[in-house]
Amino acid sequence: MIFDTGYAPAPESTSVVDLRASYGLFIDGGFVTGKETFPTINPATEETLAEVALAGAGEVDAAVAAARTAYENVWGPMPGAERAKYLYRIARIIQERSRELAVLETLDNGKPIRETRDVDLPLVAAHFFHYAGWADKLEYAGYGTTPVGVAGQVIPWNFPLLMLAWKIAPALACGNTVVLKPAETTPLTALAFAEICQQAELPAGVVNIVTGAGETGRLLVEHPGVDKVAFTGSTEVGRQIAHALAGTSKRLSLELGGKGANIVFDDAPLDQAVEGVVNAIFFNQGHVCCAGSRLLVQESVAEELLAKLRARMETLVVGDPLDKNTDVGAVNSAAQLARIRELVASGVEEGAEPWSPPCALPERGFWFAPTVFTCVAASHRVAREEIFGPVLSVLTFRTPEEAVEKANNTPYGLSAGIWTEKGSRILAVAEKLRAGVVWANTFNQFDPASPFGGFKESGYGREGGRHGLEAYLAQG
Amino acid sequence: MPKADKKNKKPKRTEGGPVRLSVRKTYKLFIGGAFPRSESGRSYVVHDADGAFLANASLASRKDVRDAVVAARKAFGPWAARTAYNRGQILYRIAEMLEGRRAQFVAELRATGRSAEAAGAEVDAAVDRWVWYAGWADKVAAVAGNPNAVAGPFLNISTPVPTGVVGVLAPEGSPLLGLASVLAPAIATGNTAVAVADSPLVAVTFAEVLATSDLPGGVVNILTGHRAELAPWLAGHMDVNALDLAGASAELAAECERAAASNLKRVLRPADEDWHADPGLRRLTAFLETRTVWHPVGV
Repeated sequence: MIFDTGYAPAPESTSVVDLRASYGLFIDGGFVTGKETFPTINPATEETLAEVALAGAGEVDAAVAAARTAYENVWGPMPGAERAKYLYRIARIIQERSRELAVLETLDNGKPIRETRDVDLPLVAAHFFHYAGWADKLEYAGYGTTPVGVAGQVIPWNFPLLMLAWKIAPALACGNTVVLKPAETTPLTALAFAEICQQAELPAGVVNIVTGAGETGRLLVEHPGVDKVAFTGSTEVGRQIAHALAGTSKRLSLELGGKGANIVFDDAPLDQAVEGVVNAIFFNQGHVCCAGSRLLVQESVAEELLAKLRARMETLVVGDPLDKNTDVGAVNSAAQLARIRELVASGVEEGAEPWSPPCALPERGFWFAPTVFTCVAASHRVAREEIFGPVLSVLTFRTPEEAVEKANNTPYGLSAGIWTEKGSRILAVAEKLRAGVVWANTFNQFDPASPFGGFKESGYGREGGRHGLEAYLAQG
Repeated sequence: MPKADKKNKKPKRTEGGPVRLSVRKTYKLFIGGAFPRSESGRSYVVHDADGAFLANASLASRKDVRDAVVAARKAFGPWAARTAYNRGQILYRIAEMLEGRRAQFVAELRATGRSAEAAGAEVDAAVDRWVWYAGWADKVAAVAGNPNAVAGPFLNISTPVPTGVVGVLAPEGSPLLGLASVLAPAIATGNTAVAVADSPLVAVTFAEVLATSDLPGGVVNILTGHRAELAPWLAGHMDVNALDLAGASAELAAECERAAASNLKRVLRPADEDWHADPGLRRLTAFLETRTVWHPVGV
């Protein structure tokens, strides 16, 4: 317990997880060792969890070749109804092993067990279940039924297994095979997923997992044997990939950064809005591309709302991710913590005023106290750049037009929130927001049936629902 | 200048009257609903298929590209906010105006070396293409959008919305039908466009059709000049949201796509297109974003 919350500690047991000392790469249905390895650590304790193989050019070649063979000989020709049954099997195994996977995710990522248990894992299973059902219904979706081929997929560390599901489930449902690279700080649940593929008796080579850092990702997306690239991560890397793929015939979908505006109008139910604001920025330590990281509050209620927000932030439990009382867990890595600190320092330097609730942070591990910046100008870096941490920037507005203008004043366009009791205002504002997902009187809702993705520099393509099939079909 | 006018080129003496010299048209750019010359003051000679002088067309510059993008950006909000029915009506009006000028376009297409039959077929197909896309304006949401059955008490709807300013390299070898085939799908859904034309004279005359079709200024902007000079500026412009590279060579397309990565433009790569074939939905949906709105359901 980090500070007195009035709750007794309620740690989740880690006995459900059977960690191995080292993990290989999952290629052509089996695990192979790499020439080099790297450690993956628990960001809450800085202890090494396991050594993981580092995939180089040879291993990426082998994985792409295995995916190609499986695509041509097995998975591509397989009837959709049969592919569907494999995906249903995988969904069921994830449900059966969900507690183990939730604990493993929390250990490797640092996010609270309550989130991995109640959000990540149910959504992972649901995503496979949803796309399983599409596999034999593609002809009704409007994008043709021809798969693209071999997909090279690179995912981030903020929702490791959920991002894997968003990538692999639609790809497989449409008849593609995949080579997936998890983030270097969170490879363990992807490797557990490889075991699930074995348990499901998924044909060898349909799913291949190569672990490594940026260089492994580059080798994968630039590999000539890859027909389709899907990337979720930073806008900067997304740009590099788009640049590298120019002039090739490879298809590309990108889900990148954001600087979501959460707009609170003066007629909003403020207590409800405060819950929404807290959820929008402190969910998953703010490591969320669609986080509501800019609070736009109508001037007339700003003071009242901020007072309520500060009071609510004082009740946030920061600390041991395995404790079921914890609201805000560990920052995923030392590098991410350094980036958050650097941006927060820039906010102070530029004249914004930070506030955090009193909160003793553990000595070991990577932690950042929930922080809210007021006196923020639209030109400040904390108002423009994605912090990807538990840091909220507050700006005010007077009219709906000003709110829309400020909300859209960003190169990003992933998410936005609207809080008001007036239905017609919700619809009018939503229509003007240049964002792929608009949450009205709610925030951070996700569902496998609902398309997700951005406008502008937040990327292109959609994941989820019928729209999510488009990226994995050749469209006739 | 239409081939049919060639016989009028020489001063004609009317019975007992003075010599009558035909009045030529000055071919200029189409930016923000107006017809300015290139700010660079440059022009280039356009010949007919036999090598005879037709006109000095405006040779657009980097600055003209930027002016056109400013006009397109300014027009985007209001155009996207029009009702789909209204946009459909205006696209249909374009078809009407085009049909009314059929003879003029046949003559201009013949000057590029086409037979009367081929020229007529191209004009007819272009008119029909505008009509086809006019009808899509208020139907695309029904095809590209849908409610989503999420597992919770929420209303959740995905709607297609226009991407923004689309940079267009008009296809080569199909001056009127090709231009219709890339402009109509972009603007039907509410985008605005900056197009680098292929055949300058046909394109500028087509701009006159646009200017008399109730299309708000800036929704379509047409530049004439060197594709390879203008395209990279368009592709690298940070206020352009998407590119249709229909008229780019493989090399130019790759260069543009690399430049487009700077602000992650949506890029439609060039493909072997038969412009007379059924266009399908590919171009119409290429420049659409999907916006999904959630709201709780409760009493």
